[in-house]
Amino acid sequence: MVTKVISADHAVAWAVRLARAEVVPAFPITPQTLIMELISEFINDGEMDAELIPAESEHSVMSVAVGASAGGVRTFTASASQGLALMHEMLYAAPQNRLPVVMVNVNRSLGAAAGIWLEHNDSMPERESGWLQCYVEDNQESLDMVLQAYRIAEDIQVMLPTMVCLDGFVLSHTVERVEIPGQEDVDAFLPKFKPMNVLDTESPKVFNPIVPPDYVVEMRYQLDWAMDSAREVIEKVDKEFGARFGRSYGGLFERYRMEDAEYALITLGTATTTARAAVDELRAQGKKAGLIKLRFMRPFPEKELVEATEGLRALGVFDRSIAMNRYGPVFTEVRGALASTDLPLTDHIGGLGGRDLTLEDMRAIYSIIGRSAESRPERCVFWHSLRGEQR
Amino acid sequence: MSEAKDITKLTLRDVPNKDYFLWGHGACPGCGVAIAVKNIMRILGPDTIVYVPASCLVVFAAQYPTSAFDVPYFFTAFENTGAVATGIKAAMRRKGKKAAVVGFAGDGGTFDIGLQALSGAADRNEDILYVCLDNEAYMNTGIQMSGATPFGAWTTTSPVGKVIKGKRRFKKDVDHIMAAHEPPYMATLSIAHFNDFVRKVERAKSIEGFRFLHVLTPCVPGWRSESSRTMEIAKLAVETGMWTLFEAVKGESSLTYKPSTMLPVTDYLKLQGRFAHMTVDDVNALQRWLCMKWWVHYKDQVEAPPCKLYETERPVAHDGDPLHGV
Repeated sequence: MVTKVISADHAVAWAVRLARAEVVPAFPITPQTLIMELISEFINDGEMDAELIPAESEHSVMSVAVGASAGGVRTFTASASQGLALMHEMLYAAPQNRLPVVMVNVNRSLGAAAGIWLEHNDSMPERESGWLQCYVEDNQESLDMVLQAYRIAEDIQVMLPTMVCLDGFVLSHTVERVEIPGQEDVDAFLPKFKPMNVLDTESPKVFNPIVPPDYVVEMRYQLDWAMDSAREVIEKVDKEFGARFGRSYGGLFERYRMEDAEYALITLGTATTTARAAVDELRAQGKKAGLIKLRFMRPFPEKELVEATEGLRALGVFDRSIAMNRYGPVFTEVRGALASTDLPLTDHIGGLGGRDLTLEDMRAIYSIIGRSAESRPERCVFWHSLRGEQR
Repeated sequence: MSEAKDITKLTLRDVPNKDYFLWGHGACPGCGVAIAVKNIMRILGPDTIVYVPASCLVVFAAQYPTSAFDVPYFFTAFENTGAVATGIKAAMRRKGKKAAVVGFAGDGGTFDIGLQALSGAADRNEDILYVCLDNEAYMNTGIQMSGATPFGAWTTTSPVGKVIKGKRRFKKDVDHIMAAHEPPYMATLSIAHFNDFVRKVERAKSIEGFRFLHVLTPCVPGWRSESSRTMEIAKLAVETGMWTLFEAVKGESSLTYKPSTMLPVTDYLKLQGRFAHMTVDDVNALQRWLCMKWWVHYKDQVEAPPCKLYETERPVAHDGDPLHGV
């Protein structure tokens, strides 16, 4: 084990090296590029035994990835924003073929109002693609989750691709102290990839033929089942990781000061860190605020969230993207999960397009949630740090 | 085929009998694609992994739970043959396996939507065999115009209207685009020039690096032709100059067959309903283009463009056989 002061992108590259990924198709896009640059250096310096394939687009990157994974080798790639959108079609090839590709998406805003800064509107639409999807809070978790992601994705109960999302610039280009585990420990935690089905001329198999309606329903059901089974595997792998490396993250989500909480916020990614500070302040003032750091959007921990929010008088959700005229995607999921309860729920939109999410914003969010415990709030969706009045 | 055999002397008799693209597939009778794939697979043999993008082949080769390919087979999307084949080959390399990887893409999947991934794979000199099965339109979706569709041809998106009749642009020269990549090997093939076909597939199999084979594959419903005349049409394509046979090793090209005389283009057109509407002006425009192509292509062997144009109003008139198109 060594300690380095590195960005989350570099932490990811270290994880990929430690995971002994063998094929890494790559295409540059900010703020992901640092990952591929460092992996290229590892390979060219002879420190990592893998092939980096410089494909000519992200669509081809994911095409190479599914080809290599179907060929039976551990595969990694990374992208962001427009790149992920260009991959969209190919993302769907991995789950139904049960190809446990691991990719990192460095969250960045997608589309017009062009920018390279943080928003979650790139990865959120992909939660319907059949990929597991998790969000991390810091650089250490970025490294640890790539290692965990391979264990989860390649578990025989799961065999699904996994997307680890980390916040662009806030993590990708910000250095923190990161513990880099020893190769032997990682090898013991993450054994060699044993594919379930593989393209092999000694045992010819057909991958992804045209499937008539007679069979599709059952295939989709198996996919749904595998995604649901992943909930158990995520918890198991996180505990095992904790026992071996001394760090665990709570599996599907982490509870922060939730023991006797009366009102709480659900966050993803780096918003959690700011929310922790707000909760600590409120606790110091004697207010019973809590926090849930949601780690997985897929599989979504519905049953577990219902239990975790029992006893709350109000709950807020922080969203770093929004479906226009509706809600943020996290809120949509949470509200669906808690549909049978009458817990007052509010959605808090903030930090879009890289706008700073400040402690002041978090205080305002908690204040609204606190008020909604007492009386019905005037609206459901609150925009934060918006210039001018919200209509 | 034994290793010691001189590839330049191979003939139809040297093709192994064992099939890896089996009977029972769902192609139309007389399908040029099925003929090409069946024979290419016989030559490539069992240590081959097949990738097929969206195309007719993907529909008639493998529908769950059946497959006509007796080798590993993969399909994902339309535009990524060069890329998925790259990934499969990388996996084989990592595992120390020798298996060859072949991609069978259509003309749309090569000339148009797949050109980027094809160029990327050729540029990286991936060790894969890319076969373009060119039936000159998007046949799987029901005969829409592609970059490969020849001048004048009817398709559902180049219909014979009152004002505009058929495709207005000439066939895209994808072979020159590929030649510019200077791949270790590339060749054009005709299913009707079989010894030439066998030699080229065998040579492609024997070479390492990126290989591109471009096969003209007549399409009975799309070309509105008679199923028993697929071979005749494929042969006439070469004899009229609509298709030329050559190969290029690392960018150095050479002819592999030159017809003794250039037959008039109408010999080719009149067997296909897709050209039945063509006016004398359009036929002459196509003939002039072909004469120029013939001269450029065979310039070492011909003196001047041997161009014979038409004066009669309907040079593509049917010969009365109801099977000769609509």
